[in-house]
Amino acid sequence: MQLIFEKSRPGRRAAQFDALDVPEASLPPALCRAEPAELPEVSELDVVRHFTQLSQQNFGVDSNFYPLGSCTMKYNPKLAEAVAAYPGFSELHPHLSTCPAFRGLCQGALELVYETEQALAEIAGMRKVSLQPIAGAHGELTGALLMAAYHRDKGNAKDTMLVPDSAHGTNPASAAIAGFKVVQVASAADGTIRLDAVKEALNESVAGLMLTCPNTHGLFEPRVREIADLLHESDALLYYDGANLNAIMGHARPGDLGFDVMHFNLHKTFGTPHGMGGPGSGPVGVGERLEAFLPGPRVVCEGGRYDLETPAKSIGKVAAFFGNFLIAVRACAYIRHLGGPGLKEASENAVLNANYVFARLKGTYQPAFESGFMHECVFSAAPQAKAGVRALDIAKALLDYGLHAPTVYFPLTVRESLMIEPTETESKDTLDAFCDAMIEIAGKAESDPDSLHAAPRTMPVGRLDEVRAARQLDCSC
Amino acid sequence: MFPAECRFTKDHEWIRDDGGQHTVGITAFAAEQLGDVTYVELPEPGSRLSAGDTAASVESVKAASDVYAPAGGEVCEVNEALDGKPELVNQDPYGEGWFFKLSDVDADELEQLMDAAAYEQFVGEHSE
Amino acid sequence: MTWVPTTAAEREEMLAVIGVTTVDDLFATIPESLRPKSWNLPAPESEMAVRRAMAGLSARNAVCHTSFLGGGFYDHFIPAAVDALATRSEFYTAYTPYQPESSQGTLQAIYEYQSAVCRLTGMEFANASLYDGGTAVFEAATMSVRLTRRRRIVCHESLNPLYGRMLKTHTANLGFEFATGDDPADAACVIVQNPSFLGSVADFSALAGRCHEAGALLVVSFYPLSLGMLKTPGEMGADIAVAEGQSLGLPLGFGGPYLGVMATRKEHLRKMPGRIGAATEDAQGRRGFVLTLQAREQHIRREKAMSNICSNEALCALRALIYLCLLGKEGLREVAAQCHARAEYLKSRLSFLQVLNAGPTFNEFAVRLPRDAEQVVSALAERGFLAGLPLAAVGAGEATDLLIAVTEKRTRHELGAFAEALKEAACS
Repeated sequence: MQLIFEKSRPGRRAAQFDALDVPEASLPPALCRAEPAELPEVSELDVVRHFTQLSQQNFGVDSNFYPLGSCTMKYNPKLAEAVAAYPGFSELHPHLSTCPAFRGLCQGALELVYETEQALAEIAGMRKVSLQPIAGAHGELTGALLMAAYHRDKGNAKDTMLVPDSAHGTNPASAAIAGFKVVQVASAADGTIRLDAVKEALNESVAGLMLTCPNTHGLFEPRVREIADLLHESDALLYYDGANLNAIMGHARPGDLGFDVMHFNLHKTFGTPHGMGGPGSGPVGVGERLEAFLPGPRVVCEGGRYDLETPAKSIGKVAAFFGNFLIAVRACAYIRHLGGPGLKEASENAVLNANYVFARLKGTYQPAFESGFMHECVFSAAPQAKAGVRALDIAKALLDYGLHAPTVYFPLTVRESLMIEPTETESKDTLDAFCDAMIEIAGKAESDPDSLHAAPRTMPVGRLDEVRAARQLDCSC
Repeated sequence: MFPAECRFTKDHEWIRDDGGQHTVGITAFAAEQLGDVTYVELPEPGSRLSAGDTAASVESVKAASDVYAPAGGEVCEVNEALDGKPELVNQDPYGEGWFFKLSDVDADELEQLMDAAAYEQFVGEHSE
Repeated sequence: MTWVPTTAAEREEMLAVIGVTTVDDLFATIPESLRPKSWNLPAPESEMAVRRAMAGLSARNAVCHTSFLGGGFYDHFIPAAVDALATRSEFYTAYTPYQPESSQGTLQAIYEYQSAVCRLTGMEFANASLYDGGTAVFEAATMSVRLTRRRRIVCHESLNPLYGRMLKTHTANLGFEFATGDDPADAACVIVQNPSFLGSVADFSALAGRCHEAGALLVVSFYPLSLGMLKTPGEMGADIAVAEGQSLGLPLGFGGPYLGVMATRKEHLRKMPGRIGAATEDAQGRRGFVLTLQAREQHIRREKAMSNICSNEALCALRALIYLCLLGKEGLREVAAQCHARAEYLKSRLSFLQVLNAGPTFNEFAVRLPRDAEQVVSALAERGFLAGLPLAAVGAGEATDLLIAVTEKRTRHELGAFAEALKEAACS
């Protein structure tokens, strides 16, 4: 497809403004740009047709099954989109919260922030939640900053963060930006964290451990309470990466499991869309130990009026206002619509669907672990790879069935990994179609591997030369 | 399989005495594991390194790896050809794909490193 | 209420295939002792009830006032086509383009967005987006530290105070040293903003020269829409240009989602955080787009990554791109010129007040009122105006100081009526 810049014709225009009804004004030339920015000169129809056609080159949840492990690509309800577009939310200026004189003009928005933070706190068994972090990794960073503030406040000289080898790459990266040294902890053969490895790594310098639960192998960590107790004995803290919260709503709460601090991914668990990679939202939740350090200001409620207050030892601001507010509006609508029972049912069906896929595929693909999968299941394509068909080939072949690929090559602990997370909103029919395709592909891996190497064939482009991209670096025109 | 005139580290660097100066690169095994190299970040000429210091980094499409100094010394030259042609690392790892040269290398430190036979055995044990 | 499609009969079939009798069996790995101590959540509500309740909350927010509120976030006109296109579900329900062949729409849009940002800023490379303007300043600071191996960050007085606070929060444990002013000696970077938080326009070219002589970088935080008119970060010699992209077709949305814009020079590219799209070809020679230089990122380099960023603001970047395409070369020039002209007109109507900016301003300026700014904005809110931002509330001025922003949406009539109302509220 042509670039929008290639469709430009000198003199063509789209958007028009009111005629200028005040005198023209100018600035000294030294303060002005020499030439206008070379933006495309196109009509509105040019723009509409261009971006409509671009959109048609994408897979999205609305058009395709999207079983990306660890990403929770569930259906994004239209109700949430509708309410986020209400002008009282979408057109509201954030500085109305900044000065007391305006605060009466944004009471509905402040109430929504308050209500959403309360609901998330109850869902996770945390004392308080802050909506400020803008994405999951930003929530991790905020959590790590809270942990650092806690230890600084207590005079603890702790500078090390423990991270399991199965963790998302964001965990060690976030810990490093929060100033911690990162030490990796090994998983056991059954896919859960090794208690003895935690014990071995634990010393006076350890500030905390970042854990995903269920972990990125899709397995619940059965010794999580022991790990929490172990850490707390030496005044270290336990962090919950909320990426997989969709597995346990109503069945376990991070706060009850002994976690001190966590982030939520509203764009995973609470039905808000992923938007081609963002915006997300990564609220942070804390237990008693970290409450005083939360980012500020926070919304408080006194006698039905919503106001702002900054916690005594607040780490400060991680966002200019209340994070990605319009994402929180969607999540709030989602939580209200499902209610307590609906959230619990969502997790139950997510786990049912993943286990169904596992049961149907375990005879065809090599399970990475024997049992115990919750909301996602992990296979290894190592046996296929020996015969010359890699996880990547399987992923590409699925695209030709109109199915998005699972997550491949993550977690790093599993060779040729295929990580499948179907989510609760998919029907048995869709799961069957996916499993049938996976089984057919496994057959082709034996009978006709070259057909898989040639996939995909029905997409706008075939496999792209990523080495050429990285060497030539044509990143703009 | 691996050049006899080089010594090797467990991190898959090689070092070779080229008459006073020592040349450093990564082994053919390491280059193959990385895949097509797309970028090499080299040390500052004139900088002093101790054995085990991070000296360079090498990137492919799917991986990034630090390159450590096999022995201490002063960086006296870097391979600027890698800037435009990082594929030299894959094509000729012990020749045109070298990374940097060290002067003032302590011969005792080289003794601690593996010779070609030992490295070949090491790779055999660790490649599965 | 639920989006679970599974029927009771299907559930039984699935359980049989799995080989268990109840769904609860699938949760057997969670010990009984670890089950929730409480689950005190509201009962489900119908779609109608949720919409009613949310409409009620929405109605308790003021969005019908004539607004002069800015302070880094502006009430600009958004053409209808931006919403029509960015709300296509093929865009908003897609994930990060991990499989490029089924994500060419996303990837081409990223490439076009990067191109638009480069053309707008006069910089050579842009990334696919960061979170927002404040975190972009933080990322620029840490990028400068990586590039210079220095730890001193100099924040110029022009910088939005919110960004300064966010920068300090994010870097609290990195051992950075902070200074204010514009002295680049021993600094990793000097961070300036144009126009300044108070709206003043400057040319930082000379400072760029001084920074480079001292081995420091110049980071320019810019107001994207103003570049329809103002000298670009590229023309000034900036090393890193960052921005809050909200002015490019994003609704105010009470603080987000917004868009962190970042662009840099070629020599600094490999230390830039965030995703980057690039053009390449498939085996048949067809042009296609991929994410590139991923070896800088957290999923490969983990604790040594350039940043921890994973989810970004791709959909917001798409909105910005669509907005820039709809305005085009002439439209962007016009909207910037209109903002400036309308602000100058208001300034001329407020001659009874002291303007605090010493030099030229773009579309925002600060005035000193004869009385407390909070009182004045309260009085004017009752008359249907959001009069501006009382500067004391952000620690950027006296209790009597007010920051007033004007966009292309404010008509001559509104500007005149506001000037009259402000005179009455402030001076009578």
